[in-house]
Amino acid sequence: MTKNTTLISKPLQPVQRAIVVGASSGIGAALVGELANRGYIVAALARREAELNALCAALNAPAPGAARVLPYVHDVTETAVIPALFQRIVQDLGGLDLIVYVAGVQPAVALEEYDLDKDKAMIDVNLIGAIAWLNQAAVRFARARHGHIVGISSIAGDRGRVGSPVYNSSKAGLNTYLEALRNRLAKKRVTVTTIKPGFVDTILLANAPKTFWVISPEEAAQQIGAAIQQKRHVVYVPARWGLVGLVIRHIPSFIFRRLSF
Amino acid sequence: MINKSVQPSSNHKSYALPAVLPDEHLEVVSGWGESTRGMSYVYRPSTLEALAKVFEIAAQSGRSMAMRGGGNSYGDAFMNNENIVLDVRRMNRVLEWNPENGRIRVEPGLSLHELWQYVIEDGWWPPVVTGTSKTTIGGCAGMNVHGKNAWRKGTIGEHILEFDLMLPSGEIITCSPTENSDIFHAAIGGMGLLGCFTSLTLKMTRIYSGFLQVHTQAQADLSSMFDYFHAYVDESDYIVGWMDAFAHGRALGRGDVHRAYYLPEGDDPNPSQSLRLDNQHVPENLMGIVPKSIMWLGMRPFMNNAGTQLINMAKYYAGHVGGGKVYLQTHAAFHFLLDYVPHWKKAYGPGGLIQYQPFIPKENAQNAFADILRVSQHFDQPNYLTVFKRHRPDSFLLSHALDGFSMAMDFRVTRGNQSKLLKLTRELDEIVLAANGRFYFAKDSTVRPEVAEAYLGKEAINQFRALKARCDPHNMLQNNLWRRVFGNEPV
Repeated sequence: MTKNTTLISKPLQPVQRAIVVGASSGIGAALVGELANRGYIVAALARREAELNALCAALNAPAPGAARVLPYVHDVTETAVIPALFQRIVQDLGGLDLIVYVAGVQPAVALEEYDLDKDKAMIDVNLIGAIAWLNQAAVRFARARHGHIVGISSIAGDRGRVGSPVYNSSKAGLNTYLEALRNRLAKKRVTVTTIKPGFVDTILLANAPKTFWVISPEEAAQQIGAAIQQKRHVVYVPARWGLVGLVIRHIPSFIFRRLSF
Repeated sequence: MINKSVQPSSNHKSYALPAVLPDEHLEVVSGWGESTRGMSYVYRPSTLEALAKVFEIAAQSGRSMAMRGGGNSYGDAFMNNENIVLDVRRMNRVLEWNPENGRIRVEPGLSLHELWQYVIEDGWWPPVVTGTSKTTIGGCAGMNVHGKNAWRKGTIGEHILEFDLMLPSGEIITCSPTENSDIFHAAIGGMGLLGCFTSLTLKMTRIYSGFLQVHTQAQADLSSMFDYFHAYVDESDYIVGWMDAFAHGRALGRGDVHRAYYLPEGDDPNPSQSLRLDNQHVPENLMGIVPKSIMWLGMRPFMNNAGTQLINMAKYYAGHVGGGKVYLQTHAAFHFLLDYVPHWKKAYGPGGLIQYQPFIPKENAQNAFADILRVSQHFDQPNYLTVFKRHRPDSFLLSHALDGFSMAMDFRVTRGNQSKLLKLTRELDEIVLAANGRFYFAKDSTVRPEVAEAYLGKEAINQFRALKARCDPHNMLQNNLWRRVFGNEPV
């Protein structure tokens, strides 16, 4: 029998509980800290155990005995375990109010490269993993008539560009999936937020050719935290990328074909 | 029923994965006061085999399990966030009934409503009833409830002759004051933490009329309220006070008292008529016009400090004008006031309500209640509905009962007042503990571990834990209240 230690819930002292999938570095790690600072109890999921444990240890250090962040080692491509792991985490937390899917990969892809292994890895982590986790959350939140689903997508999902066809596709797929969830769940009082960061100083950026307006993961997490609190629907991070997104989405194809980015 | 446990292929030493429970069992479960809510996997077995199966499911899925009866505990006593809630309401048969001696054996999910309807035409009434008839007998036993005759008839546990209890192992044991008496005295009031009642035998009270003789009298302040109780407890069969918690200064504690008497044999010229089921029904419409099912909507605008102050004042003066009235009222109408306006709790709004009900020994009660009323007024959190009762001690391990008085106070909860309300109850706890008072888990939302230890005593708690370890060695039986007050680590 599994050891059963559901966190204590107290009337008049409601606690918000969150899951962050993809928490070992970058935006995910920063977001775990941001949510913990905002008073959430956070289940942090990541593939890399050492980084994850270090993150949790650092965040739990100020208040020993009252863990705010619980670590779970998980590879999002192992979709078969997700239903059981989801239930286990929510059981440990004693409930769930928020789930944020952050996990994402962007291997270096050359301009003329068509590598199915790399492409599949991006679809598996950026899209299939998101669907596997957020489907679980959608079922539960609809039954609870309460909850908030957040997907960290990218401005890269707004158009298909020469440099990263499948990364763009994975994020475009995520955008559409999140939009559909939002439309399905609006009647059930569930909020769905699509976050579209521009350039954030993470390992993903190492493979980006040209960068500008780069912000730190902490700044990004702070803005995402605010967007969650405001229950926004689609948010560019930072906001000025919204203008860029608007322009990019409206560039006619005959011009877009001639652009080199 | 449930899927086979799936284990991750990579090396996950840090956690084990339980078998997945199907989503269709996932329901929102909130205490009756609706001030706290959670999700649980709810199972409603109707047979002993199905009940045993739920214990198996809990074991296989690594879940704890809480017992739920009618779901009328105000706080978190039957909640069990993200674990299993066993709702006994489909186990609701009358198993044996003897109209000669008033002994009845029932399944735990039989509601009080079903029980009194079953026995009344034979001239019997349940010895102890709650203010709502939606409670179940299993729930009443698990919380060891009392009624408006608590000083005379005690808690319901005193009228339970015997019960059968299914342990998590599936074994069923019989308990009575003489057989397994330690478990008997712990399971009654034990919140379903030792096992699930599968049958309970109770003794009903003989009545000779479908009516009670009711006397009402307005009381100008707290001391006249106490004087009135002292004067009448020896002779009344039921007595209950209502207080206007907004009244302050010299009027502090003013209110109304209702006392009631069974009619002696022969007083009712036609008992066979007054005991008939149809004559016990409460009217469905207010003054024949407003359907009761929407009456709470009319109360909604008054559920703030100013509005309830007005209502309480109006109620007091109405009682004053009509004070000293004597009339006949049916048993059902006298007892089940809380059912009179269905869904009235919705008038409290989305934040719901909590009840704070301290029990204070008789010698300290008057001063302590005066302090409690003053402190809640000082916090600007006056309680909207305040009910006053007399009690006597009993022999159950986690009991609230004592030789004294209780004052049940309903507080509205809003998003903005939670921390203030919490601070208020912390201060009231001090007053109650200083007066050697106790608390009642059926009503509780705020008792802390140190408070429970102070009034129950370490020894009683350890005794309970030891019995729990014996009945439930894997600590499967839990609920939110148990974890909050007694911790979430295995004993």
